[in-house]
Amino acid sequence: MRITFKLPLVSLAVVSTLGFAGAASAQEITGAGATFPAPIYAKWAADYNKATKVKVNYQSIGSGGGIKQIDSKTVDFGASDMPQTDEVLKSKGQMQFPTVMGGVVPVINVKGIEPGQLKLTGTLLADIFLGKISRWNDPALKALNPTLALPDAAIAQVRRADGSGTTFIFTNYLSKISAEWKSKVGEGTAVNWPVGAGGKGNEGVAAFVGRLPNSMGYVEYSYVKQNKMTYAVMQNSAGNFIKPEDDSFKAAAAGADWAKSFYQILTNQPGKDAWPISGATFVLMHTKQDKPANATEVLKFFSWAYVNGDKTAADLDYVPMPKPVIAAIEKAWGEIKDGSGKPVAFK
Amino acid sequence: MSSTLASGDFSSKPSATQSVRVMIQPPPKKMARSGPMADRIFGWMAKGAAFLTLGMLLAILASLTISAWPAIEKYGLGFLTNTTWDPVKEEFGGLVMIYGTLATSFIALLIAVPVSFGIALFLTELSPAWLKRPLGTAIELLAAVPSIVYGMWGLLVFGPVLATYVQQPLQAAFAGVPYLGAFVSGPPVGIGILSAGVILAIMIIPFIAAVMRDVFEVTPALLKESAYGLGATTWEVVTKVVLPYTKAGVIGGIMLGLGRAIGETMAVTFVIGNFNQLDSLSLFQAANSITSALANEFAEAGEGLHQASLMYLGLVLFFITFVILSLSKLLLSQLRKGEGTKT
Repeated sequence: MRITFKLPLVSLAVVSTLGFAGAASAQEITGAGATFPAPIYAKWAADYNKATKVKVNYQSIGSGGGIKQIDSKTVDFGASDMPQTDEVLKSKGQMQFPTVMGGVVPVINVKGIEPGQLKLTGTLLADIFLGKISRWNDPALKALNPTLALPDAAIAQVRRADGSGTTFIFTNYLSKISAEWKSKVGEGTAVNWPVGAGGKGNEGVAAFVGRLPNSMGYVEYSYVKQNKMTYAVMQNSAGNFIKPEDDSFKAAAAGADWAKSFYQILTNQPGKDAWPISGATFVLMHTKQDKPANATEVLKFFSWAYVNGDKTAADLDYVPMPKPVIAAIEKAWGEIKDGSGKPVAFK
Repeated sequence: MSSTLASGDFSSKPSATQSVRVMIQPPPKKMARSGPMADRIFGWMAKGAAFLTLGMLLAILASLTISAWPAIEKYGLGFLTNTTWDPVKEEFGGLVMIYGTLATSFIALLIAVPVSFGIALFLTELSPAWLKRPLGTAIELLAAVPSIVYGMWGLLVFGPVLATYVQQPLQAAFAGVPYLGAFVSGPPVGIGILSAGVILAIMIIPFIAAVMRDVFEVTPALLKESAYGLGATTWEVVTKVVLPYTKAGVIGGIMLGLGRAIGETMAVTFVIGNFNQLDSLSLFQAANSITSALANEFAEAGEGLHQASLMYLGLVLFFITFVILSLSKLLLSQLRKGEGTKT
């Protein structure tokens, strides 16, 4: 009897929640693309939803998919780890802006070597992933690390099997450093690797390196931090050996000329403290908006995230964009216009 | 109880008129359940369902071919023999993946068929009755393990075991031996063709074993007992009575397993190494399979040749499955032909 009495109440509650959801769905924006920033976009979306009741729906389908979706205007914003050149953007009538940064870090698993002890240069890294340096006690490695007990063992190279922005940043850096890498392998989200086993996703590479003795791989910084992996320090373009950390990624971003263009790949940046294998992740939007109301919501969301999302980003081991860059981004949002040619408001 | 019966007063002596009234009341009118029209509609629906499947098959084939067309046009059949897979320079060939798919499936069958045969044989002929149910259920439960779990187990548990206890001793034993040495070469990491094949074998054993057990069980007891009565051993009964009687089912079970092995993606991608090179036929060399390449590269593949080549790979996989199915049908019909002529 009690149950039958309660049922109408419950169903009433369900109906009323549905009603609210229906009302809120007017303020719902959709984005799709890169997997690297997906955790932070999801967290921001949840926090933003609490603060404003606006729902941000982000599908992490990969950068390639994100570019396709925004081209066909099925989403309000696309996301890509690989910036688009200004010419491509112009021809498509789109603009891009960076949201967060991260770094790609070489990780190793060699008995007796602690995090940060192994020193590497870009040339050495390229030669290792080309297979030219195949043993840990190679003279070139020993010369740079005279105090380390490098074993007489083969280097087991590990890299990403799936197409990814991480691979793009890594191969872009190696292409900048090594002419041989550039001509033989090149840069891209997926390349024809000369050596090495492929793990699926950052977690796959981290798992491989974690359990293969004498291996070397590359992963996003957050995986290094969360899994306490043994990272190597890298020599940057100023000649200093740098630890991968928030400040060195920020230093890399500071060296780029954001005012000129957002097409900035943050590898091998000048700056004495810059981590050489850094990268930002980008959001793509159409400059001429069919749905200016949605564009407003997208810009409001990211504007909110730049101000209120720093701590969340840091918690998830992403690096927030430096303040001057954010100012440049908000200025660039003036390019996004509604049908009548008026800039879309976001404040 | 129907109301008609309830209203008919049977408990007290019914008068003749009353009872007649009850009996002659016509049954409630029902919709005609059958008739020429209904039969025709049913026929159309059944036909529609059958043709829908055929139509879907053709539509999938057509859409695959259309999306793969840029790659087919550019590479033609040379795609099947080219080992280069270079998304940066846009040069694509599928031999590495095709070889990986065929080699891992072959290894899987090589292991799974004898083991499944043993399981089915034990369960139907040798096992004590109390063990049959729990053992049979355990094997069926193996089929319920999600493939990604097999993949993770393969990477984290099986791979290291294979590397330490199989690969390294083999490499030490065959060091310097021509051919055999090359066959077991490769970095001692326990991933590659062999691990993928073994994982696939574990995955398909429950399927093959379940089908084999079921068909072994339908062999008439009369036949088996006659053979035993003539003094045949268990082995003779199985090879000369049970297997000939059940060959269609056994081959069907093996094909079911093979189909699953060829199409398996997640478990393979964890342990195969995803390396697009074919410079040795070593069992321990990291390789790639068609499904694994598709799963890994599709999301980030840009439009154009990369995507078209992946579609082409999908088409090749379609073709491989089709050929294997046709071959098994052919094999079965050949076997049936042989039946009449045997003396």
